[in-house]
Amino acid sequence: MVPLNWYLMLSATVFMIGVFGFLTRKNIIIMFMSVELMLNGVNISLVAFSHYLQDLRGQILVFFIITVAAAEAAIGLAIIIALFRNKSTAHVDEMNEMKG
Amino acid sequence: MPFVMPDLRPVLPEIVMTVLALAILLADLVIKRKETIAFLSIVGVALVTYVLPGSMGTTFNGMFLSDGYSMFFKLIFMLNVILTVLISVKYIVIEKVNFGEYYALILFSTLGMMLMASAGDLIVLYLGLELMALSTYILAGFIRYDIKSNEAAMKYFLLGAFASAFLLYGTSMIYGLTGTTDLKAISAYIVANGLSGNPVLMLSMILFAVAFSFKIAAVPFHMWAPDAYEGAPTSITAFMSVGPKAAGFAVLGRVFLIAFGSVKLEWSAVLVPIAILTMGVGNIVALSQTNIKRMLAYSSIAHAGYILLGIIAGTSDGMASVLTYMLIYAFMNIGAFAVVIMLRSEGFKGDNITDYEGLSKTHPLAAALMLVFMFSLTGIPPTAGFMGKFYVFMSAINAGYTWVVIIAVMFSAISAYFYLRVVMYMYMKEPKETVQLSTSPAIGLALAITVIAVLFIGISPSTVVNLARAAVSGF
Repeated sequence: MVPLNWYLMLSATVFMIGVFGFLTRKNIIIMFMSVELMLNGVNISLVAFSHYLQDLRGQILVFFIITVAAAEAAIGLAIIIALFRNKSTAHVDEMNEMKG
Repeated sequence: MPFVMPDLRPVLPEIVMTVLALAILLADLVIKRKETIAFLSIVGVALVTYVLPGSMGTTFNGMFLSDGYSMFFKLIFMLNVILTVLISVKYIVIEKVNFGEYYALILFSTLGMMLMASAGDLIVLYLGLELMALSTYILAGFIRYDIKSNEAAMKYFLLGAFASAFLLYGTSMIYGLTGTTDLKAISAYIVANGLSGNPVLMLSMILFAVAFSFKIAAVPFHMWAPDAYEGAPTSITAFMSVGPKAAGFAVLGRVFLIAFGSVKLEWSAVLVPIAILTMGVGNIVALSQTNIKRMLAYSSIAHAGYILLGIIAGTSDGMASVLTYMLIYAFMNIGAFAVVIMLRSEGFKGDNITDYEGLSKTHPLAAALMLVFMFSLTGIPPTAGFMGKFYVFMSAINAGYTWVVIIAVMFSAISAYFYLRVVMYMYMKEPKETVQLSTSPAIGLALAITVIAVLFIGISPSTVVNLARAAVSGF
């Protein structure tokens, strides 16, 4: 059996890749994908814990996270499209209408 | 195992709210006059408020707690919806976004806040938070043709999603450590196994602190707030500077005082620097703002810092002062935004501080109202803002945080500069151009409610304070 720690390391790695991607990339779509990566990193650890603890709560939470992430994707992409219609760019450096 | 019907009485307000929000969404298809929908929403919210007191209890295996604490917060949310709807009716016509979904989304967002305030389990907390946040993202970008509104929604959305990922990672860690997501069971497990100082526990505590700091716009996780507040429709700025912030404090109090109650020393070491930074950055950066919405955004950041002191105190008095402050803040902040909204008229933005020049000459009543709200936000007696700050600072001093309170008072003194600058522009400068006020009976009612509440609570705070104390007594 694969030890729990390996799953946790995988989860932390995926989560950190997401954090790093979010903080360094400048394209909104890629930043958004990084957030999804973070959520999936969390999902890995939740399922691993759930299996290790023989408790279903973790897997239930994973289902909720997947569902909410889908709703979030719909809203996020809608916002990006609305933005793209007014300003043909998906680059955060050009999001500078407001300053101060 | 037989299916047992859970007791539905404690969730009755939420059920009514869900039905109301869906009904508004459907009514939008048949009712062409959107003012009717606004009126229906207010009637519905009044109904929710009516069923609220009878909903005391715990249900769904302790996942949903309806106690005095959650009820007081729900009262703030109801007030927030009603005032927001009142100030929106005319404003969204001027902004040409007069759609029924606007009201439905406000109600859905409030439903999320109600779930957050009642959450006894991290899963419910997460779902409530997402329902609140997703609805608010859309509302922030509601003026589709306006690039500023799009940008506000985009920034709010990206950082909000980023923050909820941290919340989930914290949840996952605490689940792995304690094997449960129930707040009371987490607390019991920590105490029983003597886990204080456990690195995993500390990590998850910090992750929770980060996630909630994003929601209440505390420094250093406040970057989204000024842009989101400035770009969003002004009525929604008022809505999200009170509702999501109050909901954030509700869950912050719940998670930190119940689940992490036994490791208070550790988490207060994290929250004290956050509170000081929040007050400092909020007040100092507000000094240089020229846009009133942006200034009020930084002011709202600073107020989150003051309220954090009540949480840091960690006593029941501290929690009562948080509730009191949040209620007072709802009145004075929405009141100030109501005046800002009145200045917005067809073809005139009216959100620069210089637009207020000589307002006392052209519109003395509006200027007087703004004066009261600015005094209250500064914390000058006899307005409610003073009482709010007084109780928060008192509880922090009684808990032994005198040095933090001294810093808070100094920053509070700095804040007088930018609040009173608005007053100075209104009363001591000559009007440059005639500003057209867009008034309506609804906004007049909202202003009347807020100004009376601000003055009444300022003069006789005991009613509200006793209510708040009674609310936290069972906490």
